[in-house]
Amino acid sequence: MSTASVPLPAWINYGLIPLLNLFLAFFFSGLVVWAIGESPFEALKLLLAGALGRGEGIGFTLFYATSFIFTGLSVAVAIHAGLFNIGSEGQAYLGGLGAALVALSLDRYVPWYVTMPFAIIGSALFGAACAAVPAWLQAKRGSHIVITTIMFNFIVSSLMNYILVRVLIVPGKMAPESRTFLEGGQLPKLDWLIGMFGGRLGAAPLNFSFLIALVMCFLVWLLIWRTKLGYEMRTLGHSPTAASYAGMRYARIVMITMLISGGLAGMMALNPVMGASARLQIEFVGGAGFVGIAVSLMGRNHPAGIILAALLFGVLYQGGAELSFDMPTITRDMIVVIQGLVILFAGALEYMLRPAIVRVYQQISGK
Amino acid sequence: MTGKAPHLSLDLSKNEPAIELVGIDKKFGAVHANKNINLTVAKGSIHGIIGENGAGKSTLMSILYGFYQADQGEIRISGKPVTIRDSQAAIAAGIGMVHQHFMLVENFTVLENVMLGAEGGQLLRQGVSSARKELKRLEDDYGLDVDPDAVIEELPVGRQQRVEILKALYRGAEILILDEPTGVLTPAEADHLFKVLKVLRDQGKTIILITHKLREIMAITDTVSVMRRGEIVATRKTTETTVEELAELMVGRRVLLRVEKGDANPGKVLLSVKNLTVKDSRGVTMVDDVSFDVRAGEIVGIAGVAGNGQSELLEAIAGIRKPASGEILLDGKPTAGADPAELRELGLAHIPEDRHHMGLVLKFEEYENSILGYHRESRFGGAMLNLDEIRKQAEEQIAKYDIRPPNPRLKTANFSGGNQQKIVVAREIERNPDVLIIGQPTRGVDIGAIEFIHKRIIEMRDAGKAVLLVSVELDEIRSLSDRILVMFAGKVVGEQSGEANEQALGLMMAGIAA
Repeated sequence: MSTASVPLPAWINYGLIPLLNLFLAFFFSGLVVWAIGESPFEALKLLLAGALGRGEGIGFTLFYATSFIFTGLSVAVAIHAGLFNIGSEGQAYLGGLGAALVALSLDRYVPWYVTMPFAIIGSALFGAACAAVPAWLQAKRGSHIVITTIMFNFIVSSLMNYILVRVLIVPGKMAPESRTFLEGGQLPKLDWLIGMFGGRLGAAPLNFSFLIALVMCFLVWLLIWRTKLGYEMRTLGHSPTAASYAGMRYARIVMITMLISGGLAGMMALNPVMGASARLQIEFVGGAGFVGIAVSLMGRNHPAGIILAALLFGVLYQGGAELSFDMPTITRDMIVVIQGLVILFAGALEYMLRPAIVRVYQQISGK
Repeated sequence: MTGKAPHLSLDLSKNEPAIELVGIDKKFGAVHANKNINLTVAKGSIHGIIGENGAGKSTLMSILYGFYQADQGEIRISGKPVTIRDSQAAIAAGIGMVHQHFMLVENFTVLENVMLGAEGGQLLRQGVSSARKELKRLEDDYGLDVDPDAVIEELPVGRQQRVEILKALYRGAEILILDEPTGVLTPAEADHLFKVLKVLRDQGKTIILITHKLREIMAITDTVSVMRRGEIVATRKTTETTVEELAELMVGRRVLLRVEKGDANPGKVLLSVKNLTVKDSRGVTMVDDVSFDVRAGEIVGIAGVAGNGQSELLEAIAGIRKPASGEILLDGKPTAGADPAELRELGLAHIPEDRHHMGLVLKFEEYENSILGYHRESRFGGAMLNLDEIRKQAEEQIAKYDIRPPNPRLKTANFSGGNQQKIVVAREIERNPDVLIIGQPTRGVDIGAIEFIHKRIIEMRDAGKAVLLVSVELDEIRSLSDRILVMFAGKVVGEQSGEANEQALGLMMAGIAA
């Protein structure tokens, strides 16, 4: 009979509480900025202007958000079935190999729109393959998926090192990366999207995979709330005993869920590999898989929420980069601190304010 | 109850009040959980509070114990107004609570549990010896005999409950609130609890007993208040009321307390259990070589104290738990290896004991639960869910089973216990199964819904279905069953006809006579 069981209206749950958490995160970030002797307001202004001020900034923000949407969806799908997939990072990394192999083999012969469907499938397959072993170990052997997916991040990291240094490297070059894809292996930039709002994309790498991400949001929503498979996944996620009572097959649901989750993580690679750098580079995921956990958490595991949370983190990434450029005392590491505070308040301490808000709400509405 | 001291009922009016609730009012949004509650409980008395689920008993007690704050009104303890912000304040005011589900650390000893939260200082040792002395004194004073060094998980439930009471007394409770205390006890253990409560009362403690069992109210309380829809609709001296009157006050209409049913017409054997042995996840044998048949058109009841293998038996028949050995036959066909989904297709329906974890997904909306286990049926769609069809049949069930509020989009957790159970019962019975297995059909369910569910079960029998019923409520087993099997320590230790006498059953349940 604690405040946790008191229902709150949706606008408080999904609107007010996240906003207050965000406000707290920015407040404490402000304190940190102030403590190193800079003006918090100036910093906030620079951050927002850098992320949203010009067409190019928006392009970068959306580019980062695209990656976070994919990994956020990956984490969310698993969470709906009660599985905590920490391995999106590795799955995305291996997904990059899938996308790159397709691009490397097709880019000479066909235009990008022919390559793209194969690249989507290739990246998803490789991402799913990376999730398959932990999923099988969880389903059949009861090995905890959190542990196994973390370990697979390391395995994939070593494997990709080997492949890039020994196999895909361009002979005679020093950089551990594949050759640059030709036009047929690149996803087109979305100049027209920014152009519609009168901006200019400039050097920003916003590309077609942003639209793929939005389509995936819709498909994930459809899967979770409109299909029988999604129904079984949610049953398992809420109550494993109810799922077994209803005759749902645990191993089957765990396997399918993790393959989908890994597939979504794998597709993240389309964005940096085929959309931005047009080659497979070492460590291209750059922590997007882990950000996906925070994005999913903040977005309450709902595609709509994930889009919003991914945009927020996109703003932090892009705005943060601009900020550290304009304010040299605020280093790249400071930006990580600010991101950490956002994750702390909006993700981990999600329910910190709730009891107080419930009390206020009861006082206002109870009379 | 004749055993009550006659002077007490005289004393009550003279005794100063231990607790006074004046104009307590509490709203949750649109729900008016407590409306202007006025209640006075005399010191040194046992006061019963009965009411259906959702009548506001729990809210009222939660206000008293500091889980909620009242919107209006005042609480007075021994005449002095107090503000109870949390359970700490409640304890300081001398209020102790014995919860329905025990709040004990299973692998701690009795002494450690009693001290928990009242250790007195950073170093444990000083506290331990004084706590031991104090515990001994309490045990002697109130006849609550428990070994202080026994580990909780090794104690029978009745003893564990005594530890809960000792915990409250150790913290200086003058007023004890007991929430459905007999739900987990054998009849003998319940009798012993009542003796303890009487001793406590005679020593001047005040006891508030929340229960849905009218018999207990009649047996032990001095005064009783009936709650309905957030209000106290009547307060009576127990000697001056009857079970029938109380039941009517609770529900607001006349209630049939006895189940009316005709004779059984048993047909062919539909469910047959042969030499079934079931082990739990630790490998402990929970069902030990059990055999019985259930025929078409009869209700077979399984009586027994909770934890004697009934749950595992049901789960094995339902295909949730794999038996270690033995056979289960549905209409003569062995079901070995069939999972719950396949068994449903063979005509087996299962109303599980634990609706919160098994029968329902509480976070789902009502209509989502109305297909749980049957969601594969083609009329609910192929790969996609046919939401129109699902909601339509959910609405039909809601109408037919009078599930309230009649809203298939409401989250299941927000239905009362009785209505949640009706959701399960509707889902399982509406598929028209040949064999129905039922665990605790009316646990935590209000009287009105109990009557309704019992009628549906009898109807199933009369329609020629085989019904297997497991319940720890002896009254329920006796009034519904055509035959009664008693389980003790995993074995069927006896069989009785439906008119079995309660004492004989009680002895078998305790494993004394076989």
